[in-house]
Amino acid sequence: MTNEVKAPVKKKKIASLDRAKARAGWLFVMPFIVGLVLIYIPIIYESILYSFCNYTIQDGVVLKEFVGWHNYSEALFGSADFTQTLITGLQEMVFDIPAILLFSLFIAVILNQKMVGRAAFRAIFFLPVVISTGMMESIMTTSFNNSSGSVDLGMEENATEKLESTMALEQLLANIFSNLGFGVGLVEYIAGAVASISSIINRSGVQILIFLAGLQSVSPAIYESCQIDGATSWETFWKITFPMVSPMILVNAVYTIIDSFTTDSNTVMGVITKMYTDAVDGAKHISAAMGWMYFMVVLLVVGLVAAMFSAYVFYQRRD
Amino acid sequence: MDNKPQIKRETKNKIRVDFERTSLKERLKAKYLNTYFLTNAVWYIFRLLLLIGVAFVVLKPFYTMIIRSFMDARDFTDSTVVNVPRHFSAIIYKAIIVDLQYFKVFFSTLAFSLACALLQTFSCSLIGYGIAKFKFRGAKLVFFMVVLTLAIPHGTMQSAIYYRFQHMDILGILTFLSGGTHTGIGWLDNILSHIKILPFPQGISTIRTVIPLLLMSATGLAFKNGLFIFMLRQFFRGVPDELEESAYLDGATTFRTFVQVILPLSIPMMITVFLFAFCWQWTDDFYIPLFFTGDRPPFMTYLPSLTQIPQTVSNQYAKVTGSSPKYKQAIQYGCGLMCCTPLILLYLFCQRYLVEGIERSGLVG
Repeated sequence: MTNEVKAPVKKKKIASLDRAKARAGWLFVMPFIVGLVLIYIPIIYESILYSFCNYTIQDGVVLKEFVGWHNYSEALFGSADFTQTLITGLQEMVFDIPAILLFSLFIAVILNQKMVGRAAFRAIFFLPVVISTGMMESIMTTSFNNSSGSVDLGMEENATEKLESTMALEQLLANIFSNLGFGVGLVEYIAGAVASISSIINRSGVQILIFLAGLQSVSPAIYESCQIDGATSWETFWKITFPMVSPMILVNAVYTIIDSFTTDSNTVMGVITKMYTDAVDGAKHISAAMGWMYFMVVLLVVGLVAAMFSAYVFYQRRD
Repeated sequence: MDNKPQIKRETKNKIRVDFERTSLKERLKAKYLNTYFLTNAVWYIFRLLLLIGVAFVVLKPFYTMIIRSFMDARDFTDSTVVNVPRHFSAIIYKAIIVDLQYFKVFFSTLAFSLACALLQTFSCSLIGYGIAKFKFRGAKLVFFMVVLTLAIPHGTMQSAIYYRFQHMDILGILTFLSGGTHTGIGWLDNILSHIKILPFPQGISTIRTVIPLLLMSATGLAFKNGLFIFMLRQFFRGVPDELEESAYLDGATTFRTFVQVILPLSIPMMITVFLFAFCWQWTDDFYIPLFFTGDRPPFMTYLPSLTQIPQTVSNQYAKVTGSSPKYKQAIQYGCGLMCCTPLILLYLFCQRYLVEGIERSGLVG
């Protein structure tokens, strides 16, 4: 009898603990919810509305006219540019993202090892994080039209020089690898990665730092016990390091995709901003429509990649 | 080989033991000619070469920037000077410090960026922890929204963001109480316009103040905060639940558990987030020009966009008639370097706390 009375009491207590935990969860995310409701959702709403409407300013009064999907169809079919650059952008992404991820994981693992001058190397690899911001980017790529005709020996010349030398290197590599009998696709991939190594390096600063932080929070006790059991460093990497940083691989994959889609140097973003700045009144909405369509594509790709990766992500906890 | 030690008695209480040592050659062979040492050596050299190579790619543009900013005006007209300056001069830096009021700009940017970065780090870790460790209805939706804020290109919402902060309002209540609500229905608008409890029919303008960015930082909506939340969420998910359970059993509240148990073991993550937040706020060229329209507040991001040639270098500037754009570019390089030097110093300082391998769980298994 007593057992039967006790059972429901216990159950009720567990339920209320769950509720308390759920409440705590809401409290923790409260800042974000507040910001979302007060700031972000109105912004998104206005922006989406903007893409469905036609605004015209007449005598200082803003006239809003709902045009439905007109802006979208205009963006898709009105100019051939948009769809074309969108497809090439996606192709570039398929190429870039694995290269950036592999490279940054590799560098992070190396920088996590004990060696002479580690602090200096880490500081150097931190530089791309600073450079990748818009401000530094604009300084380093500005070219001034030289009216007096003297040659500017600045970055541009270096860039072309670099390009030429890497082109030669690409050729050489392609020859070597094709003689070794690798498939054409692989050869092209490796040669391409070498050719764009400087852009890959400059775009993987953030990822390296994220991986480093992930690597540093792996307990050294695990490595120690592995070593005692006689594991080689190769095995340790695949059995310990890789699963332990796999949550950060997911973060970096998502971030790399989003970052390469939304930087100003992205070609599609270039088309959108050009549309926005060049536009004479009507076309600005087309740019907004383009932006939202582009965003849907980005979200789709991110969702696909996240679904693929999250099957392999390992979390050190019991669920 | 016979390695028997020879024992000699020297005095009454002292003996001397002589070993016949293996020859130097044998010892060196044993030490260096094994696979363990050789693979290590090869790996060491490969690693060093790779790091130096990559460091070269990163540093090359910086080298050009440093060299150009230290060149004397004479070197700019001399076409034989390319990578090594013939005459050094630090006049550009003097101009930046004196004419562009570097230290004033530095301290105001420092205060602002520090406030924003600390707010962002704290709020993002709260949000990340909330999503990672608590099961509540809508947690997935909240996380989806976080990724959404990261994925929507900010450029597309530029005007909407500006409008929102120019007419700051709490769910339209301020406008409603001030009689500024427009519904599009004639008679209703007429009635609503008579409500005049508050004097803000257009909302409160927060443009040209620091409020918009502080608000966005506190709510985890500022530049790339979605990334920070995502990072921290992934990290917190990896922290074993047993840690919190034991804290709960000892009677700690959820918040106390977070501050005293979880935060100390996530220091590398927190420092990384703080570094990102600080650097991106320091060099932000999207939100600051968006919110501070018209006047130019003393922020680092405006430093390189020279509106005029600083007074100190105007003489030099006049001299380099043939290549004045190059000289102007050199001044900008100097500005850029002055901008990011504090960030590199900060990183070197924070590095200490990015120590290798903190003991994370103390749990077995």
